[in-house]
Amino acid sequence: MGFFHQAFVITVKDLRAELRTKEAVNSSFAFALVILLLFSFAFDSFEETTQQMAGGLLWIVFAFAGTLILNRSFARELPNDCLDALIAAPISGAALFLGKAIANFVLVMAVELISLPVFGIFSNVHWTRQFPELMLVLVLGSWGMTIIGTIFSALTVNIRLREVMLPMLTYPILIPPLMGAMQLTSGLVAGTPIAPDTVVWLKVLIGFDVVYTAVSLFLVETVLVG
Amino acid sequence: MRDKIMYGLGALAILILINDIIHIMGLPDEVNQGAIFKIIFFHVPVAITALTAAAVALIASVLFLVTRNFFYDALAVAVTEVGLAFLAANLVTGSLWGRVIWGVYWAWDARLTSALVCWLLYAGYLMLRHAIEEPTQRATFAAVFSIFAFIDVPIVIFSIKWWRTQHPQPVFWGGGSFPSDWLPYFLWNMLAMLLIGAVLTMTRLRQEESQRELDYLRRLAHSM
Repeated sequence: MGFFHQAFVITVKDLRAELRTKEAVNSSFAFALVILLLFSFAFDSFEETTQQMAGGLLWIVFAFAGTLILNRSFARELPNDCLDALIAAPISGAALFLGKAIANFVLVMAVELISLPVFGIFSNVHWTRQFPELMLVLVLGSWGMTIIGTIFSALTVNIRLREVMLPMLTYPILIPPLMGAMQLTSGLVAGTPIAPDTVVWLKVLIGFDVVYTAVSLFLVETVLVG
Repeated sequence: MRDKIMYGLGALAILILINDIIHIMGLPDEVNQGAIFKIIFFHVPVAITALTAAAVALIASVLFLVTRNFFYDALAVAVTEVGLAFLAANLVTGSLWGRVIWGVYWAWDARLTSALVCWLLYAGYLMLRHAIEEPTQRATFAAVFSIFAFIDVPIVIFSIKWWRTQHPQPVFWGGGSFPSDWLPYFLWNMLAMLLIGAVLTMTRLRQEESQRELDYLRRLAHSM
């Protein structure tokens, strides 16, 4: 079995396990709804300033809701010592990690794509005007979030205060991609396409994704095996 | 011997600092900003010391992962703690300057924000260490996190710079005008801060090594 086939097997396994219980996706989406509801009390959706903040608000929802999914990623393997079995399996740590990251990415994207229309209705935002570019930003931002979330999920799986530690460690590292995604999304949901002065944020997103994917794949063996 | 070098360097650093403060107090006020401008003699050296500490922490972390020698782990934690203290000093001096010149302690300016993000990153490093009991796992995970944090530093700095800036442009490179006859005092302060950072790191390192020895002896006593 090649490297990518191994990763694919792990992805399918994780997605199948999640689809049987749906616990991470359901709780994550419910949480996203609650935050969206709270935002509607905090900000008047008919004011122009709220429209300008749309991207920022949206990514706060994604970051909070995404953490719930990422927290479960390795924690799910703790009962019955599944994690030890996975580490002992004849596949590399990098393949295991990549498989899990892709599964998390699919789940995070699913929650985001369901939350997006809900956000549009609640906040009175016509978010479909720059649809392809918005999807590109969503994919790049979510991949950055997933890759950092997955490696730190592996890092924090066995430690005390796991649920608190993951967001405390990931959010500061995620500030550059979140900032870029917020800037781009605010413009795109307002209907303005990516212009030469905002394209730098696209570069930040791509650069962050490439660098951290490479570093994570390189270091994950150390994290898993010790 | 190591203690003597440590105390000697510490005494030297304090002497340089006192001598420098006396000279800086004698300098005339800056035309536009007044006396508060002189905070730059401390603000910039502590920032550079903090950045040096982050680089040393990275090197120590990589060396730990390669050699598995716990000395490097002790060095990484010592230098990260000292770096955090220096970065905090940088944030405080920057806030004081901002209160006088901008009228507010905190403006969400590029460099202030990136310094705060870096502070939070490395505070996360210490929190992670506290959460892990097992020494080998703690050292490994902390080293991995330190590498992740260090890679993020330039990305944070540049992306926040593109985001917004109202921090004065660098006085030393890039169009600034720092009086050339003030430069020696600045460089002496730079040296003093680096020395203080080194001495504090050495002190903390020794404490960390003693702690490890105590833990080892305790385990030995339990196994008897």
